[in-house]
Amino acid sequence: MTDVPAASRALQELLPPFGPHEASAEAHRCLYCYDAPCVQACPTHIDIPTFIRKIATGNLRGSARTILEANFLGGTCARVCPVEELCEGACVLNSEEKPIAIGRLQRHAVDHVQERGVQLFRPGPPSGRRVAVVGSGPAGLSVSAELAQLGHTVTLLEKRELGGGLSTYGIIVLREPVEVALREVDAVRELGVDVQTGHELTDRAGLDVLLSEYDAVFLGLGLGAVPAMGIPGEEHLLDGLRYIEDSKIRPEVLPDAQNVVVIGAGNTAVDAATVARRRGASVTMLYRRTEAEMTAYRHEYEFALSEGIGYRFLTQPVRVLSGGGRVTGVECVRMVLGPPDAGGRPGPRPLPGSEFVVPCDAVISAIGQEKPALAVELGLEVTGGYIAVDGAMQTSMPRVYAGGDCVRARGTASTVMAVQDGKYAAAAIHRLLSSTLEAAHG
Amino acid sequence: MADLSVHFAGIRAPNPFWLASAPPTNSGAQIHRAFEHGWGGAVWKTIGAPVLNISNRYAGLSVGGQRLLAINNVELISDRPLDVNLREIAEIKRLWPDRAVIVSAMVDASPEAWREIVMMIEDTGADGIELNYGCPQGMSERGMGAAVGQVPEMCELNTHWVTSITRLPVIVKLTPNVTHITDSAHAAIAGGAHALSLINTINSVMSVDLDTLQITPSIGGRGTHGGYAGPAVKPIALNMLTELLTDEGVLRSGVPVCGMGGIQTWRDAAEFLLLGAGAVQVCTAAMHHGYRIVEDMIDGLSNWMDDKGFAALPDLTGRALPQVSTFGQLDLGYQAVARIDPDRCIQCNLCYVACNDTAHQCIDLVAPGGVRVNPGYDPRVNGRAVADTRPTPVVREPDCVGCALCANVCPVDGCIEMVSVPSTQEHVSWDQLTARRPEIASSWEAMMAYRKEQGIEIH
Ligand SMILES: Cc1cc2nc3c(=O)[nH]c(=O)nc-3n(C[C@H](O)[C@H](O)[C@H](O)COP(=O)(O)OP(=O)(O)OC[C@H]3O[C@@H](n4cnc5c(N)ncnc54)[C@H](O)[C@@H]3O)c2cc1C
Ligand SMILES: Cc1cc2nc3c(=O)[nH]c(=O)nc-3n(C[C@H](O)[C@H](O)[C@H](O)COP(=O)(O)O)c2cc1C
Ligand code: SF4
Ligand code: SF4
Ligand code: SF4
Repeated sequence: MTDVPAASRALQELLPPFGPHEASAEAHRCLYCYDAPCVQACPTHIDIPTFIRKIATGNLRGSARTILEANFLGGTCARVCPVEELCEGACVLNSEEKPIAIGRLQRHAVDHVQERGVQLFRPGPPSGRRVAVVGSGPAGLSVSAELAQLGHTVTLLEKRELGGGLSTYGIIVLREPVEVALREVDAVRELGVDVQTGHELTDRAGLDVLLSEYDAVFLGLGLGAVPAMGIPGEEHLLDGLRYIEDSKIRPEVLPDAQNVVVIGAGNTAVDAATVARRRGASVTMLYRRTEAEMTAYRHEYEFALSEGIGYRFLTQPVRVLSGGGRVTGVECVRMVLGPPDAGGRPGPRPLPGSEFVVPCDAVISAIGQEKPALAVELGLEVTGGYIAVDGAMQTSMPRVYAGGDCVRARGTASTVMAVQDGKYAAAAIHRLLSSTLEAAHG
Repeated sequence: MADLSVHFAGIRAPNPFWLASAPPTNSGAQIHRAFEHGWGGAVWKTIGAPVLNISNRYAGLSVGGQRLLAINNVELISDRPLDVNLREIAEIKRLWPDRAVIVSAMVDASPEAWREIVMMIEDTGADGIELNYGCPQGMSERGMGAAVGQVPEMCELNTHWVTSITRLPVIVKLTPNVTHITDSAHAAIAGGAHALSLINTINSVMSVDLDTLQITPSIGGRGTHGGYAGPAVKPIALNMLTELLTDEGVLRSGVPVCGMGGIQTWRDAAEFLLLGAGAVQVCTAAMHHGYRIVEDMIDGLSNWMDDKGFAALPDLTGRALPQVSTFGQLDLGYQAVARIDPDRCIQCNLCYVACNDTAHQCIDLVAPGGVRVNPGYDPRVNGRAVADTRPTPVVREPDCVGCALCANVCPVDGCIEMVSVPSTQEHVSWDQLTARRPEIASSWEAMMAYRKEQGIEIH
């Protein structure tokens, strides 16, 4: 193992927290726009000018409340949101100078209360209604927090050992330390939510049990593992998600590779590549199309370049090469872009006879996540592999709601969208429970 | 290169930037250093009766993260022995013959006390004496400072004691803690003052500390009022300067006025000069940033004068004074409206909320398609794209009363302009109008009739 302290430092949160003066100066820069575009651009519609003004006046607790009332996962979102695409991208100061560092200010306020263990919210007066939430990712936590504050009894079932979903297992430490994600799970517990980890929903029978014991069920299942590529040597591929997870939870098991190839060019691929790079490897990303078709955000791509990560475009891996049980390289074929495919992007085609080898000692696959297979098992309607829901996040099954990555058939999956789904679902579930409550008493 | 030299009541200096009597002029070593940085003159920290200073004597005002917009002090006059100060004054004047060295003094209100100190000051070779009738705290309780400055008779008498015995120019430094600054000025002139200076510090309680619940500065658990100075007092100082320099009595006497109060930069200084100050003094800005600020003051003023074609200070002194009027002389028929430059507007909508909540509700929000919309947004739409669909504020000019609130809140320079528009109303001043039709000033009916005649509609 290389120098451990240096390695772990390399994997610390990238952006340092604001100091009090920095936060105050930045907060004072905000114009406190009226009907502000940043508020509209935030999927959870946090009242940004208000929370920033509260930082400016030294009312950090009030600021955190403004944030967390709209977005219970404000601490995670402050770190992981693609702010350039959302709030900061819409800030009126983009045209003048630099947009306000909304994400970092949000983190400043939320950390202030969470690091001090200040409880800002309480469970509502008991309604006598019970809701089961499956999956403790951002969607599950958000819906649980909302429902608990409305007085409903919530049981949160999570199959893994730790709660938090991808915030805990999937977001690299450079962006969010595990403690932050776990603090949010604890905050939900503080609201009286019964978080049961190590509890998996596996089949229709299980769902029926939940439906018999609870008044409503919310499914925040997220997505699955990295799909198989179906190429020879597949067994030598490292799963990108697993690789990131290990870097967060048990960094000591990560392989010590010097030359790493990452397959894929999305956000997961960039994250995995960043971790490998920060651990000292030289890293090359293979992508079968060009820069123009990449799904990663522009700033992510630029970040990867600034980290010294190399890109090879129009390159398709066809075989993982190994010798003596160790990876020695990836055999690739050159691609050319053809007419648009089903997704509307130019379809890549292999150029026969253009095979070549990229030597390396580890290959990470990060070509996406599998669709929620459980959906079909549960008998839910799906669209394109994702759970089908209506505008109120209700699935095809009465009393069953869903949200987050498992329903996100369109648009980019992100934490903040999952949080907003949770809010919508909670509102719908509350409406359902309130009406049946009246009916029962009426 | 403009000529910045000053000739003020017989006192000469290479430039109009003088350090005010205060901590920056507390000792020979300091003033020596200040002169090395280029200050044109210095008014020595007030000398006089024995005093004992206390700790924790300053409190600062921070607004919006900007520190020291004002300072408030409970300091007394110089706490260094008189003979030490006098010896150093003589030395400084010998070393710096071209700079203005003025000695500020404050003693008991008696002719003997003044005679004694004036003789000692004359012996130092200083260029002038400034009488400190201004300090509002500490000394006033002992019958000096503002206690003299606030009573015109005392001011006149004390000034007379000094002017009748000295051959040096005597500057009377006025306290702003009065209702009519001109009364104090007349008294000083009657007492023979050769020049006036203003403003000294303003009575103030700076703040209450929300952690300790103590008044600041907290001196062993107690607080008292102090003297307020710094950028925040500039408008008050400019007003008092204007009052003096438009006052017939002061003008007739021909005494020059040295301006101070909130000068931070050459720009502030230029404003004082345009309103008639013959030289300026600076305290808080030097306390905040050190003597080095004078370099830009000299450089900036001289560059600006070159740009404007002013060869020397007399070319610009008092240039803004002819505009000074009373409310009654202003043109009631003048009409301005706010005009927004859509290319500069960043759509912060601050003008909209200001006008809508607290002015005359004459700004509309107009969506890119040209439709008037209400504030609010579609919660299903998000992302940076919303910036493109944002409505733009548009002024309904016929309804705009020209209050200029929007122009004041707009964060973008030059985005909202107050444009003068042709007016159908008669160009008449209030004084003229009420001389002609006195009933307008006393009867709402008459007023409404006049408005109707003029087609004035107020929303
Ligand atoms: C590598 C990577 C990086 C990312 N980076 C960002 C980023 O920077 N910014 C951003 O906004 N988004 C990012 N995302 C996306 C973001 O993490 C997700 O959109 C978000 O976590 C979705 O929340 P969720 O609650 O829907 O699902 P998840 O976070 O996936 O949570 C689902 C939870 O449900 C549990 N679960 C699943 N099935 C069952 C079951 N049958 N029984 C019990 N429990 C179950 C899972 O164990 C998991 O805890 C990233 C995603 C990945 C993979
Ligand atoms: C700490 C402090 C001490 C002062 N001491 C004196 C003094 O001894 N004599 C005096 O005439 N004025 C004194 N002043 C007033 C200044 O000379 C000056 O009139 C006032 O500060 C306004 O100028 P400014 O805004 O540039 O500071 C003092 C001001 C301050 C801030
Ligand atoms: S939640 Fe995300 S998008 Fe919304 S304001 Fe915070 S950082 Fe920006
Ligand atoms: S748009 Fe920018 S300046 Fe305006 S309120 Fe939002 S963060 Fe502040
Ligand atoms: S205050 Fe200025 S920049 Fe802001 S919306 Fe109004 S005109 Fe535009």
